[in-house]
Amino acid sequence: MHPDDRKYSKDHEWILVDGETGTVGITDFAQKELGDIVFVELPETDQSVDKDGALGSIESVKSVSEIFLPVSGTVTEVNEALNDSPETVNSDPHGDGWYCKITLSNPAELDDLMDAEAYEKFIAG
Amino acid sequence: MDGVKRTPLHDVHESAGGRMVDFAGWRMPIQYRGTLEEHRAVRQAAGLFDVSHMGEARVRGPQAIDYLQWITCNDISKPKPGRAQYNALTTPEGGFVDDLLIYKIAADDLLLVINAGNTPKDLAWLQEQAGRFDVEVTDESADWCQLALQGPKAVSILERCTDVELAKLRYYSFRRGDVAGASCIVSRTGYTGEDGFEVYGPADAAVGLWNAVMEAGAADGLQPVGLGARDTLRLEAKMALYGNDIDESTTVLEADLGWIVKLAKGDFIGRDVLARQAEEGVQKRLAGFELGGRRIARHDYPAVHDGKVVGRVTSGTFAPTLEKSIGLCYLPVELTEPGTRFEVDCRGRAEPATVVPTPFYKRDA
Repeated sequence: MHPDDRKYSKDHEWILVDGETGTVGITDFAQKELGDIVFVELPETDQSVDKDGALGSIESVKSVSEIFLPVSGTVTEVNEALNDSPETVNSDPHGDGWYCKITLSNPAELDDLMDAEAYEKFIAG
Repeated sequence: MDGVKRTPLHDVHESAGGRMVDFAGWRMPIQYRGTLEEHRAVRQAAGLFDVSHMGEARVRGPQAIDYLQWITCNDISKPKPGRAQYNALTTPEGGFVDDLLIYKIAADDLLLVINAGNTPKDLAWLQEQAGRFDVEVTDESADWCQLALQGPKAVSILERCTDVELAKLRYYSFRRGDVAGASCIVSRTGYTGEDGFEVYGPADAAVGLWNAVMEAGAADGLQPVGLGARDTLRLEAKMALYGNDIDESTTVLEADLGWIVKLAKGDFIGRDVLARQAEEGVQKRLAGFELGGRRIARHDYPAVHDGKVVGRVTSGTFAPTLEKSIGLCYLPVELTEPGTRFEVDCRGRAEPATVVPTPFYKRDA
């Protein structure tokens, strides 16, 4: 359910790292909890955010959820397609529903995150 | 969980993939396949809701009408037997003890359908007020199950399960009849803005009723619908939700429900306040608005005009049929004219809002 090529946070974000770039999104578990997503507030590009800093929010019919950056970095790209199709976060949370890309400023922080197996255990409570 | 009640359909919801949440003291499905999909099913085909959590009070006796005239603001002497009426139990201040449907079975036998979360409070109030009338008030909440079948396909689906002549059943009328082998009340009412029915049956017949209706509607796209879509549907149709849009502190006139206030019927609890408000006009009134963006104006978000907080959002959602963010808010009357602009403070961000005519959604006749 949650791919093992990436890391996961307790706030239910994932980060997929390729060199110095990380792609960030919310997990399949998180999108299911939120239900139908109707609005995605994207961050500004070139914005530097500390680990666990607020990036924006995702609203579903049911509730609104803050998105936090699981590691420190600078936003390089945001998924503009979500402005018109926020429901992509529901249909493909680990793929086309990605949220933003960042340049990592402290890759060592990745060690604090969970792998897929640990995350599955975490959400199972 | 201790004290959380379950309807007779609890296990049916779980096996149908319903996501169960606690609502008004009940364990209820918030959604099955998804709120938006369920909403669209009701607008385009049909949806089946378990609303067995609603409370039922039976009022019987020679003074049943006199009693109900005293405790409500609408005129229950007017409907003929076989008709239902939307009404409010009023406080002495003209507010809502509750809003309710009253089914007039006969002049001396009426069924009151009340909100789940208010049922204990309402029953205590009904008993307290019954003292000086020759009536008997009985809590029948545990005896009844209630299913709502709503949507353009509701007639053709229910026809396959009942001997009640649905074509002859007008809006806000009801009949007793057989549904899937159980003796039920079939009522042409609902909380969605669509055509449809509310079916009241014996609690122990709930599972049989549910399965029979689901089966009858399978080929028509009938879906089970949870509380999530119940809320988006009722809000598009601008139907009030107790605890959000109306409560003891909001008067029936402020709630823009003047059509259920019948001052000419004689005295009733709260009449003084409502008569004065009718004469002088209300200070604030519940108004519908659209938001500029796709953010949702949620309950209690401040409404801001000229830099001042002028009200609070009571309900808001993303309206699936309209594909707009909509809401309800008590505003000073001078700001309730359609076209009036204000802002809603959505967690620190001022979103532009415009007052619009309601209901937001009205089905084609």
